[in-house]
Amino acid sequence: MLDSSAPRALPAAAGIGYKAQHFTGLMADPGPVAWLEIHAENYMGAGGRPLAQLRALAERFPISVHGVGLSIGGEAPLDADHLSRLRHLCDWLEPASFSEHLAWSTHETGFLNDLLPLPYTDATLARVCDHIDRVQEVLGRRMLLENPSTYLAFAESEMDEVSFLSEIARRTGCGLLLDVNNVFVSATNQGWDARAYVDAFPLDAVGEIHLGGHDEDTDDHGRPLLIDSHGRAVIDPVWTLYAHTIARTGPRPTLIEWDNDVPPLPELLAEAARAAAILTPVEAAR
Amino acid sequence: MTGQTGFATALLDPARPTPEGLMNPFGGPAGKRFDVYRNNVTVSLTEALETGFPTVRKLVGDAFFKAMAGVYLRANPPADPRLALYGTSFPGFLARFGPVAHLAYLPDVARLDLGLRQSYHAADAAPFDTGGMDPAEVLAQRPRLAPATLVLSSRHPVHGIWRFNTDPDAPRPPAGQQDVLIARRQFDPVPHLLPPGGITLARALKGRLTLAEAMTRTLAVHPSADIAALVTLMFTSGALTPGA
Repeated sequence: MLDSSAPRALPAAAGIGYKAQHFTGLMADPGPVAWLEIHAENYMGAGGRPLAQLRALAERFPISVHGVGLSIGGEAPLDADHLSRLRHLCDWLEPASFSEHLAWSTHETGFLNDLLPLPYTDATLARVCDHIDRVQEVLGRRMLLENPSTYLAFAESEMDEVSFLSEIARRTGCGLLLDVNNVFVSATNQGWDARAYVDAFPLDAVGEIHLGGHDEDTDDHGRPLLIDSHGRAVIDPVWTLYAHTIARTGPRPTLIEWDNDVPPLPELLAEAARAAAILTPVEAAR
Repeated sequence: MTGQTGFATALLDPARPTPEGLMNPFGGPAGKRFDVYRNNVTVSLTEALETGFPTVRKLVGDAFFKAMAGVYLRANPPADPRLALYGTSFPGFLARFGPVAHLAYLPDVARLDLGLRQSYHAADAAPFDTGGMDPAEVLAQRPRLAPATLVLSSRHPVHGIWRFNTDPDAPRPPAGQQDVLIARRQFDPVPHLLPPGGITLARALKGRLTLAEAMTRTLAVHPSADIAALVTLMFTSGALTPGA
């Protein structure tokens, strides 16, 4: 039986992706930041500053552990060693949430360090569900699965992404992490309607929302090709899509992701404040 | 070839065509869209190597390092998702990589960069504290090297090369060989020049000898070793932790 009541659930407020250079600033004054997200793989060393900082942060903030390397969408079985490292981290840290991606990254050649896409078929659905069952069993907790940013399509896909994710949530009982920037990026790249994607999404299953920046490029035919870079501020159309989402879901834990060209803390806090402003009126009205 | 084998193989080999079955959403070939993934893999792993081997990068220059990292990462992608461990085979790769054959010291510089990173992530350990002990008692202790302590023996002036490329006020590296002790007092590993006999002393302490026995062994192998300076360096650098 899965325990879906985390010891400290993520608050339905704004959080930021933690970067080591912001440790002192966050401990002094986190401003609107109510929780932090870390990338699990950065805290799998034996000791030193990373773990010491994480222990100190965990005393002060609810922590979300976000895995970027489990390869849940991989054709091969899950890496048992990596899964036990995740379990070790979750056991001592007791995070408020654990999330991973609908993607693959590991193959027999090694770890490719990108969130690679998979076709949406009955076979891949069954495999992803098996992997999620295994993760939830080993970690002893409900996980959240994040929708990806994608750049291409598969000839063999049989269903749309929202149907695929909805069915995963239904079969495994996992929650979903709705990355609104990823929705915007994929919708642009794939020719979908971003708002229709959100409207069709199983919003009851959403335990967390991500917001981030992306880069703009074009494909071979000059059509827009957006790249999920996490290297700049959230753009206005993504804020609009986020406000639309929150109007439907009510307040949900919302993360600002900024992983490349990381700005000084005040700039991140300003982004978090913008998310908080969208979250708060909803809370007041409910 | 399964779908992901074909995908992964083409990701790491830019000469290969885009795998079959990948399209743009309008029914045409994926083209540049597949290259986004190729680029993500190459750029992110190159950045991991740039972060992990800053002194090597400084020595060969940014553009050359990027090109060399591309050759390495295509043949040696990370074994698992812990990028902090990525590049353990990079020093050996440099020793065999023709275009840097004239930089004979480069593999050892890479070992130093790697050692600093390994020390940074190593387990914490209580410092070896001799407070309150009399000298005889100190000499009877069996301190061990802390998990964050590493020694590196080089035929090149690797400490001087590291310093010259890290500290703008450092002198030019001297000629000759140098050994290095990497140790962490709290969180920040420091590479110390390890005087003659230091490697022997470190090995003796790893072998669980008492401090007196380790000093005796060091002097037997290196009669001219400045044993007081070596022991002081071991104590002050944070290299030691109490033995069981």
